Amino acid sequence: MIKKFLYSQKVAPYVFVLPFILVFLVFWVLPLGSSFGMSFQKIQLGQEADWIGLANYEKLMGDGIFLKAVMNSAIYMLLTLLILIPFPMLFAVLINNKFMWGREFFKSSFFFPALTSVVVAGTIFRLMFGEMEGSLINSILGWFGVDPVKFLKGQVTGFIALVALATWRWTGVNMLYFLSGLKNIPDDYYEAASIDGASAFQKFTKITMPLLKPTTIYVLTISIYAGLAMFIESMMLWNGNNSPKNIGLTIVGYLYRQGIEKNNLGYAAAVGIVLLAITMIINLTQLKLSGMFKKED
Amino acid sequence: MRRETLIKVILLILFSALCFLILVPFYAVTIASFKPGEDLIRYGLNLKFDLSVMNLDNFTYLFTGNHSYFMWFFNSLLLTVVQVTLTLLVSATVAYGFAAYDFIGKNFLFICVLLIMMVPFEILLLPLYSLTYNLGLMNSYSAIVLPGIASAATIFFFRQYLRGIPKEMIAAGRVDGATEYGIYVRLILPVMKPSFAAMAILNGMNSWNNFLWPFMVLSDDSKYTLPIGLKTLLTPYGNNYDLLIVGSFFSIIPIFILFMGFQKYFIDGMTAGAVKG
Repeated sequence: MIKKFLYSQKVAPYVFVLPFILVFLVFWVLPLGSSFGMSFQKIQLGQEADWIGLANYEKLMGDGIFLKAVMNSAIYMLLTLLILIPFPMLFAVLINNKFMWGREFFKSSFFFPALTSVVVAGTIFRLMFGEMEGSLINSILGWFGVDPVKFLKGQVTGFIALVALATWRWTGVNMLYFLSGLKNIPDDYYEAASIDGASAFQKFTKITMPLLKPTTIYVLTISIYAGLAMFIESMMLWNGNNSPKNIGLTIVGYLYRQGIEKNNLGYAAAVGIVLLAITMIINLTQLKLSGMFKKED
Repeated sequence: MRRETLIKVILLILFSALCFLILVPFYAVTIASFKPGEDLIRYGLNLKFDLSVMNLDNFTYLFTGNHSYFMWFFNSLLLTVVQVTLTLLVSATVAYGFAAYDFIGKNFLFICVLLIMMVPFEILLLPLYSLTYNLGLMNSYSAIVLPGIASAATIFFFRQYLRGIPKEMIAAGRVDGATEYGIYVRLILPVMKPSFAAMAILNGMNSWNNFLWPFMVLSDDSKYTLPIGLKTLLTPYGNNYDLLIVGSFFSIIPIFILFMGFQKYFIDGMTAGAVKG
């Protein structure tokens, strides 16, 4: 009887998707809900919680270090967007050009950095941007007569290192995204444009860019997410979650500091909810502005 | 004809220069793995190819020294294999449910899949941490594997793939008297094989390089994965560069070899999300 029930065509689909329902409830809905609840409490691991209403949020708004972390994450996200969208798009178009020699070789070498873990890549960059005269970047600056720079001690120079790391790791991947987008553009469009006497630049702005829009939106969405949620890159560059004057502190870094290092779970949960709100607002606005919702079937 | 050659040369020069920039850090870490750690502390990571200070000591230490490196390496390997196998099987099953049937609540559930892809996992760190603590799963691999076992991106990819499989196949299976589950196991899974490769690579790479969540859950040196182990070599009291650099260098090699062999699947896996916009 039970067997017949489980094997019926009506019940089978639920059995198939059951693992997802369970994981969704246990590892997403429950934690998200408890995160939301925790953000209204004063709570420490293994202790009784106190309901304190909006106090955590009020404290957050006046917390200079938190605002610093939000600024850092926002600036990092903006810089990665400005670099990691136009350049990979341009490289993809160039590499896709019929005049390109060694296309496959360049595609794979651009992808190499994505194979390394953040821990390994972060360590390499930390050492490359070391403050000694002999470390890689400083020795190159030395050729031009520039004195050694203490990269990781300054706000601007620290961000140069941080963005360099992101650029190194993700240029190749984003280029591949754009390349797979380019593959979906039929050659006829370009041929027709050529017959009409369009220049290469016109073809790029009138055909390539509009037709790459779905890919661009995808890359934009994941870059916003990744930029705002960045943490380990900073942790590896500064060898821990403490950078001088918090120049490398990010939102997730602050969440980690409050939640794990200081055991202020409630306060950290509020940080998480604010991060969720920021990410959702930016991404939904971006998707709305780009008209993504209209096309959904 | 001459203009074409000029364009070719300019493109080649541009991309060679970019390629050089991209490969510099790899070159630097390779060189550094042949130099003593003190050299690195004193002069920093640089490009000096100086045979007088270069030797194989670090590699000797890596292979014969008294440290946990290969235990971490083995842990990473084990965790990656287990995680990839379970995630692919579970996600493929879920995706089949979405692709093959119409049922009440299907659209709602699928929107949940898409939502998961938009919520930063990082904000779940603390509640998951308390949950893991309360379930007594701290310091266990289950705590790492379970939350990701029905991976949204993987489900999404498999569902797209399964849409291309004709429904007649399923109908024919029913006519032959196969059960709903028999159809999935005997007819559909074999057809899905090509899509498994790309997803195995994508999930494998994520799992091999996964850091933050395992770092929070695992507390026992004998359970550390490679990224965590390497991270523990960096302490506020001094860094074990002898092992760190050669260990970092060596950790990249298996992925490189896989990449060389299965390049197409790497690229398919990485770009899977963007294909359909």
